[in-house]
Amino acid sequence: MSLLEVEGLTKRFGGLTAVDEVTFSVEERRIFSIIGPNGAGKSTLFKLVTAFLRPTAGRVRLAGEEITGQSPHAVARRGVVRTFQETTIFREMTALENVVVAHHLQGDATLAGFFFGSRRARASEAAFRESAREIVDYLGLGEVAEETARNLPHGHLRALGIAIAMAAKPRVLLLDEPFAGMNPEETNRAMDMVRGIRDRGVTVLLVEHDMRAVMRISDRVLVVNFGRKIAEGAPAEVQRDERVIEAYLGRPEDELEVDWEEEAREDTGGPGSDEEARA
Amino acid sequence: MSRKVAIVVVAVVLAWLVGVPLAIGDRPYHIGVLTTASALSVISAGVWLMFYIGRIHIGQGAFALLGQYAAAIAITKLGLSFWVALPLAGLVAALFACAIGFPILRLKGVYFAMVTLSLTEAARLSAQSLVTVTNGPKGILNVPLPGAVEVFGLTLVPDFAKVNPHVALFCLATLLAVATYAALYRIVNSRLGWLFRSLQQNEDLASSIGVNVARLRVIVFAIGSFLGGVGGAFFLAVQQSVYPSSFQVQDSIYLMLYCFLGGLGYVFGPLVGTFVLFIAFEFLHGLNEYQPLIYALLMIGLMLWLPNGLLSLGQPGGSAPGGGAGAGPGAGAGAGWRRWLHLPENRP
Repeated sequence: MSLLEVEGLTKRFGGLTAVDEVTFSVEERRIFSIIGPNGAGKSTLFKLVTAFLRPTAGRVRLAGEEITGQSPHAVARRGVVRTFQETTIFREMTALENVVVAHHLQGDATLAGFFFGSRRARASEAAFRESAREIVDYLGLGEVAEETARNLPHGHLRALGIAIAMAAKPRVLLLDEPFAGMNPEETNRAMDMVRGIRDRGVTVLLVEHDMRAVMRISDRVLVVNFGRKIAEGAPAEVQRDERVIEAYLGRPEDELEVDWEEEAREDTGGPGSDEEARA
Repeated sequence: MSRKVAIVVVAVVLAWLVGVPLAIGDRPYHIGVLTTASALSVISAGVWLMFYIGRIHIGQGAFALLGQYAAAIAITKLGLSFWVALPLAGLVAALFACAIGFPILRLKGVYFAMVTLSLTEAARLSAQSLVTVTNGPKGILNVPLPGAVEVFGLTLVPDFAKVNPHVALFCLATLLAVATYAALYRIVNSRLGWLFRSLQQNEDLASSIGVNVARLRVIVFAIGSFLGGVGGAFFLAVQQSVYPSSFQVQDSIYLMLYCFLGGLGYVFGPLVGTFVLFIAFEFLHGLNEYQPLIYALLMIGLMLWLPNGLLSLGQPGGSAPGGGAGAGPGAGAGAGWRRWLHLPENRP
């Protein structure tokens, strides 16, 4: 059974249909990407799945249980955790503190317990610190752990955003444009990080612009345009799809089409290699 | 807090409790100033807590007025003891905060500030028109002083009317302030403090990691209002009466100013701000009619030159104008008042 199932998801803003009857499902421990041209409705879809927006119609199920219409913190509690597009962090805390705070869901002590410093509260506090340390080190933030977050460089902030989400122990981690604004080297490192997260047992759903990265990293790709799903499949299938090429490049002109395909194939080291490796 | 620090704090409080009455116990006016400052610092602590989760609260006067009326009604109409009425007043204020908190706390920045600004006036008008409960513009008069508390024949608290009431009220105000700031200190330095700061810095991110933001905001609003209600009830003991004008919009704004002056980023900010401003003004009797003008200029000056309050003076870079965000790396603990208005930040 799929871990995350999205069925007929629709969002209308007044007369504009931003997301139109989108259906897909994500298998456990896969990297699933949503791509599409600017304004295709990717970000809206992302917010619908994480409950930051309420859908006009349709449903989202996690492991068979419906999570549509719940509030964001309740969905996070179920294990669907998102990162943010911009550098959304707790600016005035250190990197480590950001991650410690993000362990909120792991504690079993009550608010009053924390106030009075109950044994359980102190135990969770210590456990949070230890786990935060581990996450911070794992994502390569060890050296800057004690820096105030607002002083961190851009690349570290992105990793910190992911570290915060990881601290919430997600079953499904949704990454909002994790590779945006990165140079190829940074992208490579970030891709290793995302694969590492999947290998830890987390299902990854990402929204991304960077086609090369998406084609290399994804197990499965969903393409949306004008709010509609236009293709879904393994990266190699999707990039051969007529409608996808048209959505990205307009009417296919031979030269352009060839360029684009070759480029992608170079990057993946042959189409579908990732998929085969996993099968 | 280390044991050493705790001992020093207890010693200072005891010295204050014994020393002040010995020194000025026979001067009702002077000791009254300290009593009022202590009680106001309890009320302003509630305002500060709201700032701490990122909300500009200009309506604390409403909760103080509500508390004062609740206590007055409990004592005169229900015949309850002041000692029951005091926490009850806090609870009434907290319950009211819960009731209005869910809808209004969805607002941020100036919008929340605008709603709270109107709360005090709404409270005054309600007190004026609900004549059957509040006695309308005539107010509730002749409320007795707090009575004695006896347990098994042992007098824990003497009848305020039988001892020097000014000293008794001073001691009560001091103890309330100590309890308030001890609780506040504990909140800020426990995990609750981290949660509150996470709300202040980014509510969306906080909810994405599973924090029930709406619930936590209301809890904090209720705690802050509880402090307002208790403080208001204390003023009932001081004034022995309550009128619709006992707490006005002006008072709500002053309570906020106390927090600004002391420093929004520091637990003891409102305590320091309240004492400094209130006592300083008592020295300047002759300027009474210019009080609003002076306070307004002070507020503007603080925002421009000391956005993180008096307590930031001791810290390197803490008093950077325009908030730490604009001053680049190493700009100190707080980012000034900018943060609460959700203004765009100048990125370094």
